[in-house]
Amino acid sequence: MKAVITVTGKDTVGIIALVSTECAANDVNILDISQTVLGEYFAMIMLADVEKLKIPFVEFADRLAELGRAKNLDIHVMHEDIFNSMHRI
Amino acid sequence: MLNTSDILETINMIRQENLDIRTITMGISLFDCVSEDTGRLCQNIYDKITRTARRLVPVGEEIEKQYGIPIVNKRVSVTPISLIGGNISPEGYLKVAHTLDRAAGAIGINFIGGFSALVHKGFTVSAENLISVIPEALSETKLVCSSVNVATTRSGINMDAISRMGEIIKRAAYLSRDSGSIACAKLVVFANVPEDNPFMAGAFHGLGEPEVAINVGVSGPGVIASAVRRAGDCDLSRVAEVIKRTAFKITRVGQLVAAEAAARLGVSFGIVDLSLAPTPAIGDSVAHILEEIGLESCGAHGTTAALAMLNDAVKKGGVMASSHVGGLSGAFIPVSEDAGMIAAVERGSLSIEKLEAMTAVCSVGLDMIAIPGDTDPAIICGIIADEISIGVVNSKTTAVRIIPAYGKMVGESVSFGGLLGSAPVMPVNKWSPARFISRGGRIPAPIQSLKN
Repeated sequence: MKAVITVTGKDTVGIIALVSTECAANDVNILDISQTVLGEYFAMIMLADVEKLKIPFVEFADRLAELGRAKNLDIHVMHEDIFNSMHRI
Repeated sequence: MLNTSDILETINMIRQENLDIRTITMGISLFDCVSEDTGRLCQNIYDKITRTARRLVPVGEEIEKQYGIPIVNKRVSVTPISLIGGNISPEGYLKVAHTLDRAAGAIGINFIGGFSALVHKGFTVSAENLISVIPEALSETKLVCSSVNVATTRSGINMDAISRMGEIIKRAAYLSRDSGSIACAKLVVFANVPEDNPFMAGAFHGLGEPEVAINVGVSGPGVIASAVRRAGDCDLSRVAEVIKRTAFKITRVGQLVAAEAAARLGVSFGIVDLSLAPTPAIGDSVAHILEEIGLESCGAHGTTAALAMLNDAVKKGGVMASSHVGGLSGAFIPVSEDAGMIAAVERGSLSIEKLEAMTAVCSVGLDMIAIPGDTDPAIICGIIADEISIGVVNSKTTAVRIIPAYGKMVGESVSFGGLLGSAPVMPVNKWSPARFISRGGRIPAPIQSLKN
């Protein structure tokens, strides 16, 4: 199963490190990253393989959201199927 | 990899534009609960609902987290109770209502539908017994919803039933007078009622349905309004196209959630209801879509045409997005649950008469409308008869959920809290239809050819 991790917020040092460290700690393999910085605004989208995830998916999503909140970032982890079903026929 | 702008679009729809799954409703057949002993019947019903829907709320929450989309309501609909009550007394039916309420509380859902009767051609003793206690059932319970089908295109309109419902609604309003006559907000009078509707208060699990089914209602007025706004000053062909495309995306999420919920719960996937269901939240209003299309205020001349286009485009986009479509499918126009409708009523641009015209081209009917508490029951029956005849003649579902708010006058407002919102009390035409209503009998089924 693949998940899409999105991070939005004000640009700051170490955002990718923050997310990728948490991924590595839970055996989540990052497949692709794209990011854009528009002025001060930062948006990153990460496609990750969560097949071997060590903890329940919901807990992983909550943990990343929590990490994000501490740094004023909005982090969401969502199953990729919601995007596939919405944007692909 | 997925396109970045697609991902951001989805996230924006959910976070900024109030996209959500409005309800996952599990339909449960209660035919195997039948018993001639009321106590036994109640126990069977309680056991069946709590056993079958035990995992509904946790599974809903799991899906919500995994896909990152809010699922606002988890609900249950059951076989119309009048069909399984057998020979039980009115008091017995009241006990069943309390049982449904307890079962709904035990599994953590926020409404249970199916305290219902189908009387479009006439009353059975069981239907009569059930209907007679609807006011008590809805004012003594919190989670139970009730509906009565009084007409179909094939059988015509049962005016005796409409006459009865006028009294029932008035009594329900009186019995729940301490909480804004809220019992009436849980009671719907239908024509051509659908059997697989996931939306309350009119949901029940119909006769041709499987043992258990998952039906899902989507939402998303905010998403459509934003899409129309972004489209700018284009012509109406383009507006219809934009609505269609957006409805497709919204419905795809509904289809995904419905299929996933059915699979995880191990039950059949019923339908996705292609609905635009507003909430009182700012930015989640059907009226605002109509205003975005170009009306100064909802209710202005042109509203029916704009709504007809909106409703049609939502269906066209949605139908392709889902494998099975059903329920009430279309735009809902409940007054109390839509910030834009409330504002339109308050500024005097939207009347009951205009709402009635609007229901000829969209889903459901006169929904969540508060009228003065002292309105004569015959007038309420007249309002119901008008609305029901629109459904019968046009072969569509129509319904009335009207609240004669006890002790309230035009200019005041009545608040129900939560998704039910608050409704400004609307004026009604005071000329009396009493003689027409008191004639009783049935209005014959309409001719289906010579369509003029």
